[in-house]
Amino acid sequence: MASQEMEQLVRREYKEGFVTDIESDTIPPGLDEGTIAFISQKKGEPEWMLEWRLKAYHQWLKMTPPSWAHLDYPAIDYQAISYFSAPKRPEDRPQSLDEVDPKLLETYEKLGIPLHERAALAGVAVDAVFDSVSVTTTFKEKLGEAGVIFCSISEAIRDYPELIKQYLGTVVPVADNYFAALNSAVFTDGSFVFVPEGVTCPMELSTYFRINAANTGQFERTLIICESRAQVSYLEGCTAPQRDENQLHAAVVELVALEDAYIKYSTVQNWYPGDEDGKGGIYNFVTKRGDCRGDRSRISWTQVETGSAITWKYPSCVLRGKDSIGEFYSVAVTNGRQQADTGTKMIHIGEGTRSYIVSKGISAGRSNQSYRGLVKIGPRAKGARNFTQCDSLLIGDQCGAHTFPYQEIGNSSATVEHEATTSKIGEDQLFYCQSRGISEEDAVSMIVNGFCKDVFQELPMEFAVEAEALLNVTLEGAVG
Amino acid sequence: MSDVQTFLDRLAERTEARRQAHGPEPTWIAARRQAGAARFDAMGFPDRRVEAWKYTDVRPIARGDFALTDSGDFSQASAAALTLPIVAHRLTFVDGVFSAALSDLGELPAGVAVLPLSRALAENHEAVGGPLGRLTGVEFSPFSALNTAFMEEGAVVRLAPGSVVKKPILLQFLSRANAQPVMSHPRVLIEAGARSQATVIEHHVGETEAANFTNLVAELMLDRGAILTHYKLQEAPLSDLHVASIHVEQGRDSRYTSFNLNLGGGLVRNDLITELNGEGAVANFYGLFYGQGRQHIDNHTLANHNAPRTFSNENYKGILDDRARGVFNGKVVVKRDSQKIEGFQSNANLLLSDRAEIDTKPELEIYADDVKCSHGSTTGQLDEEAVFALRTRGIDEQTARGLLTLAFAGEVMELVELAAVAERVELAVAGKLPERFNLSGLVEAAILLHDD
Repeated sequence: MASQEMEQLVRREYKEGFVTDIESDTIPPGLDEGTIAFISQKKGEPEWMLEWRLKAYHQWLKMTPPSWAHLDYPAIDYQAISYFSAPKRPEDRPQSLDEVDPKLLETYEKLGIPLHERAALAGVAVDAVFDSVSVTTTFKEKLGEAGVIFCSISEAIRDYPELIKQYLGTVVPVADNYFAALNSAVFTDGSFVFVPEGVTCPMELSTYFRINAANTGQFERTLIICESRAQVSYLEGCTAPQRDENQLHAAVVELVALEDAYIKYSTVQNWYPGDEDGKGGIYNFVTKRGDCRGDRSRISWTQVETGSAITWKYPSCVLRGKDSIGEFYSVAVTNGRQQADTGTKMIHIGEGTRSYIVSKGISAGRSNQSYRGLVKIGPRAKGARNFTQCDSLLIGDQCGAHTFPYQEIGNSSATVEHEATTSKIGEDQLFYCQSRGISEEDAVSMIVNGFCKDVFQELPMEFAVEAEALLNVTLEGAVG
Repeated sequence: MSDVQTFLDRLAERTEARRQAHGPEPTWIAARRQAGAARFDAMGFPDRRVEAWKYTDVRPIARGDFALTDSGDFSQASAAALTLPIVAHRLTFVDGVFSAALSDLGELPAGVAVLPLSRALAENHEAVGGPLGRLTGVEFSPFSALNTAFMEEGAVVRLAPGSVVKKPILLQFLSRANAQPVMSHPRVLIEAGARSQATVIEHHVGETEAANFTNLVAELMLDRGAILTHYKLQEAPLSDLHVASIHVEQGRDSRYTSFNLNLGGGLVRNDLITELNGEGAVANFYGLFYGQGRQHIDNHTLANHNAPRTFSNENYKGILDDRARGVFNGKVVVKRDSQKIEGFQSNANLLLSDRAEIDTKPELEIYADDVKCSHGSTTGQLDEEAVFALRTRGIDEQTARGLLTLAFAGEVMELVELAAVAERVELAVAGKLPERFNLSGLVEAAILLHDD
């Protein structure tokens, strides 16, 4: 088809897209320009944003899903997915905790989640949630005083278009990869954080986020910007098991750190992993990247991945600024039929850049887990330094643990070290604990938690406690 | 004309010429040639998007126009200068063509056969047809397919059960400076019977101006209890292109030790794969590569632990100077139910220049839980404390750095049991060190010692 005709077609569909009934809350499954125009319209976005989305969509059409990961799942039918559905109305939600699945509540209990948060996490209608609204308001005021902008990405597109135009898509370009392109075209929500020069965000953004973002969208888009000497710590997700009818999740997270800025991004992911045969679990394809643009900037990723049937996730750092630092701490636990292919990329461009990678993988049941990482030292990265430690622990003889570390080193003054081990819990360790009256189950949990200690230390305190509990819940039944 | 077509045309010419000269070939050979050609035609040369060739650009091979030769002429004098000074059962190939004049098998122990592939085929082609291609099929890579389509010559080594070959078996591949670059597709087939023992040296060397393409496929089968030590000494001229697939199959309690010593060649790619099929089998992979100028050295190794209680141990060391590029990809795979496995892997690299590059990927793929596997990989500079320690003993800094670089290579070299190989490589490494390392005096002294 001639390009002119194509263009006309595109424009025509625009029109149709614009007249879609905006009163309706959901659109039928399928993805075309109309869908994207609908989403954009629904979010009240300006014209340039729609164009940005359409550009991503056209790129996406030309791309093919990546096949290099050590994952096995049936092909996804992108036309069978509904790309927009408004959140449930309060009257459709459970009205109190009594209506919530007791099994879910039992898990909350095991994880030690505070009482007042349980309702919010279980999706109880907001009005019924004890005190959460006032808590939110207090937080908002405090952040506002400090000059920190923290809002949903849709609000940011409306209220801070200049910042969005300047930063969105600069860390993860729209055509970066298949899932990032899809996300760029259809993202519905996510967070936006802007910390101005010299400001240290007065609170962990986690606390706020946890209550408000329990119903995160299927295609999340997050953008965090720290200006010079600014600092922020952000926590995404939560330890509570999250159920979602949407099987496919493709999030994009972009971090920008200017001179001397520090961004700490922690993730706890516990999406539904599917039943014993792995049916119905979430597919989680995430693109996360941080850009250390300024000298001496620092970005730190911490993740605890226990959920999802498929995890495809490589939080990365582009170390551009002189003496900038990238860190990656990860605990990934797979059980049942879960599959995880996760790791990080550290791209050293600037002089004196340093990166530190600690990855702990635990596979149990019939699961498969891979660490896939890249450390690239560019020719100008004089004196760059990397240390990587990735350990795997196997529980049971039906699981798999794999390591695929790529190292590309183009500078003679760089020092790059990689160590990996794979082993099971030692019989002697278990015997030692048992001889001191510790039950086998407790001994395993102790050893596993010890194995993950280096990473848990990096989590905000209250989450570290929960993460330990989470590990035990996830591995329940894997031992003995 | 496409790159692939150039090679297919050469193949057609060659097949026709062979038919006219020698009549039709046995059907199994003709069928395999066809399968190889079809597979090569379907796959073409790998580009950088193919994971296994991500860091190695084979365009210098794909775009070349290589002739085939029937001449095994090589001057006796220059051959003598190039050959390893060692007492051995010697088979020599010049650009892939067997040279009887430069070969000397001497007296082989009973039950041991060492012969060129052409003769083995002429004597009893069916005995070759069974093992040949059993480990390396046309599916393995476009290069193995190409080799299968073109194969004519190579070495066949057969060790009867219990036989012990005391002297090493030296397979010498000489590259000649030709008017037009030549290609060869040698096969090496080693069948080591139960409890047999041998040392095989595969030596690639040639005239400085040579610029030929060697595409070798080696299949090594170790029956229970067999012990085989395999040296691959790569000293080919700097314009030579070399691709090799080495497949090893190991039975119960067998032991395979590989020394992969890469000093020469412009573009070198080795795929070294062992199948540990029987309990108690042990594989040792030792490697050293030294790249200079624009050399590109790519080593891919794979240890498949297919049976319980199998062991693999790998240590590769790389030194890269100038604009050289090194690639190391080591992989350990433990199959389901292969319990009580130990697999260790280590790769250390030293970059002497800012324009040199190393791409390393030590991989583990593990499906059993009672295993001890680890890998480590480091890239960096010499230990400054060690440099300092030498300086406090009155050794100047540059000499100290030179000595430590030699010592770095020494960790692999000290495992080499054949003195002739060890000395040759150590001297070559010392000779390659940058002048700033101020080792010339030391090297001369060593050479003098050696000559005495």
